[in-house]
Amino acid sequence: MDFTFTEEQLLFQESVRDFLFNEVTPERIRASWQSDTGREHLLWQQLTDLGLVGMTVPEEHGGLGMNEVDFILLAQECGYVALPEPLVHTALVAVPLLSDLGGELAAQWLPKIAAGQAKALVGLEQNLLVEDAHVADLLLLQRGDAIYALTPEQVSLRHNESVDPSRRLYGVDIPADAAPAVTGDIAVDLTGKTLNRGALGAAAQALGLAQRMVDMSVQYTGERQQFGKLIGSFQAVKHHMANVAVALEYAKAPVHRAAYSIAMDEVRAGRAVSHAKLVACAAANLAAKNSVQVHGAMGYPWEVDLHIFMKKAWALANTWGDAGYHKARVAQYIFSDEAQLGAVGTFS
Amino acid sequence: MDLAFTKEQRDFRQEIRTWLAANAPAQPLQSFDTEQGFQQHREWEAVLNEGRWGMVTWPEELGGRGCDLIEWLIFEEEYYRARAPLRVNQNGIFLLGPTLMEYGTPEQKARILPKMANGEEVWSQGWSEPNAGSDMAAIRSRAELVGDKYVINGQKTWSTRAVWADWCFGMFRTDPESERHHGLTFILVPLDTPGITVRPIPQLDGLPGFAEIFFDNVEVSVDNRLGDEGAGWRVAMATAGFERGLMLRSPARFQETARRLVELYRENSATADHDPAVKDAVIRAYLDAESYCLTTYQTACRLSQGGKIGAESSTNKIFWSELDQNMHATAMSILGARAELLPLAPDAVGVGSWLDGWLFAQSGPIYAGTNEIQRNIIAERMLGMPR
Ligand SMILES: Cc1cc2nc3c(=O)[nH]c(=O)nc-3n(C[C@H](O)[C@H](O)[C@H](O)COP(=O)(O)OP(=O)(O)OC[C@H]3O[C@@H](n4cnc5c(N)ncnc54)[C@H](O)[C@@H]3O)c2cc1C
Repeated sequence: MDFTFTEEQLLFQESVRDFLFNEVTPERIRASWQSDTGREHLLWQQLTDLGLVGMTVPEEHGGLGMNEVDFILLAQECGYVALPEPLVHTALVAVPLLSDLGGELAAQWLPKIAAGQAKALVGLEQNLLVEDAHVADLLLLQRGDAIYALTPEQVSLRHNESVDPSRRLYGVDIPADAAPAVTGDIAVDLTGKTLNRGALGAAAQALGLAQRMVDMSVQYTGERQQFGKLIGSFQAVKHHMANVAVALEYAKAPVHRAAYSIAMDEVRAGRAVSHAKLVACAAANLAAKNSVQVHGAMGYPWEVDLHIFMKKAWALANTWGDAGYHKARVAQYIFSDEAQLGAVGTFS
Repeated sequence: MDLAFTKEQRDFRQEIRTWLAANAPAQPLQSFDTEQGFQQHREWEAVLNEGRWGMVTWPEELGGRGCDLIEWLIFEEEYYRARAPLRVNQNGIFLLGPTLMEYGTPEQKARILPKMANGEEVWSQGWSEPNAGSDMAAIRSRAELVGDKYVINGQKTWSTRAVWADWCFGMFRTDPESERHHGLTFILVPLDTPGITVRPIPQLDGLPGFAEIFFDNVEVSVDNRLGDEGAGWRVAMATAGFERGLMLRSPARFQETARRLVELYRENSATADHDPAVKDAVIRAYLDAESYCLTTYQTACRLSQGGKIGAESSTNKIFWSELDQNMHATAMSILGARAELLPLAPDAVGVGSWLDGWLFAQSGPIYAGTNEIQRNIIAERMLGMPR
């Protein structure tokens, strides 16, 4: 029993945190809102050079062959800076799906992805729209019990504007004569796994987002004075933040556990992910709510950075399965006769 | 990361499971807040100690097994799974015991720990006073050193299990000029010393679960001082908060309640969903109990690899006490009109022990440092917000 990360995993997290914090500043994110694609080639190249883009690509396809446990802390850091680039999507969702699809598709695309020369993005019916479809070189799209692998030229995209300018969302129409890459049980199985990985990525980012909003709020309330005192010294303000700290503290281990469950292909992976997604997104939503509150009116203007993080947290809660979806999955288990409840079911 | 138990850990689990199956009382004991029940629980402690299961984290020479935190968690899981009795001497074995091992003289350890371990001497805790609750540094009870004796005058209150306990440990002001957390001394007091009056205080269930203790020129040998004179505050704060919290309220307890709650919900499926919020609350109970377990294991693993834990341990108290309240509130909703009935009432069908648990859950956010105090600590020491 060892529920810790290795020294290397923690050191890598630290260096990625430093890089992202210095490079992906709120100013840079705001600049990306003005650009056509909202995505930056240079930044993607830097992320590639750091080994992040190809981290989960198998070694035989030019990647580092690492797994969800290796990536999970980095996904948290992506959340911390509200990284607009589809890095978590690539490493936790698209690459594993391509690897599972295998064959020609994997051999053709994974090396390019690992080299930062191509992007694959995934669209499941569970999500209304496909994130970042406009920068995709390959789209992996699920419809019912079929998964299609199509290039942008083969589909038509419908841009949908989000309240979060960092999020670029597209409806994708598949032509009737397109041939699926896989169908039937295999496709259904892969769809389930992909949803789990998407939800895991969202949960990890939610942890980072929550931490960022706490940090911003602690800083702000440690500078702003009212009634001749720092507002952070008022207990009502402190307790808003303490409540977020409690929710966040108890959401981390479930997310790490879910990463492990997926990496080990455990039977419980689905419900472990649902648990993680529910508690991490709840912590991030609480962070958003309480952070706006302790900022007063300063939480409301477009020019103040808080909403960069808040809007992303709101959106993540409803992607890759919303709370209703994930609760239903937990409920189905705990109210079944097979459920192992009580004190000895957590690791058995 | 490797979330499988080792062979040693699995064997350990099997060993305690087998032992409990053979030795745990088949019928629940009476409440330890009755005289007879207290005695039954005391005897159970002796049985546990006989099997060297009394306090597995204690070193072997003291009748323990030198277990680490993961083994402690496994022990607790099996203990709650077997529905073995609550620990009547928890203030002694979980709180005072570790403090004694750190600060006690060899003579004190030899004199006190064995009798604590076998339940011969049950301990109560005397911090609170009428005017020193959350503000523990406001303690006023006096202990004056006269020759080789302390002469104690004053009053302690809310002292759990003190009605039938043998000893009390507490903090007393030895320096009359001192203020706040200076000048306090940690002293161990036999409750049968002349000058002591213990007045039982009935709790919400009507049973005397705690007591006031009055001290009127009570003479206690200086040998009963733990740590240096004036160092009481430091001694009291010694054992790390997380470990103490872990001993007192390990995840197994709440996972077991969550399991019972799911069972109760399913047994009452015809009516439970009349309030659609109930199902959601049951799901949350399960998830939160799991979160508590996972987080505790992660922290325990970090600690056993030499990691440190600071003020974030204050999140622990808030999390479990609110979880416990929420779970019991949900059970009360499911039981509906039966919720208020005492278990032996003729129409109290299937109410189990939920009412008792619900009453006790009211106190979780209060004792061991109120949740408001914990939130202050989190904000100031964990998040660094201004005082
Ligand atoms: C079941 C039970 C068992 C107990 N067992 C023991 C025992 O064995 N030994 C022992 O010594 N004591 C025991 N206690 C007492 C317990 O430690 C105290 O109740 C606790 O420390 C709170 O003190 P108080 O009751 O005086 O409440 P107060 O301190 O008067 O607090 C009342 C309310 O005011 C709030 N408050 C107070 N100060 C602040 C602040 N600075 N900021 C924000 N809010 C504040 C509190 O959070 C609380 O909500 C027990 C209590 C209970 C309920």
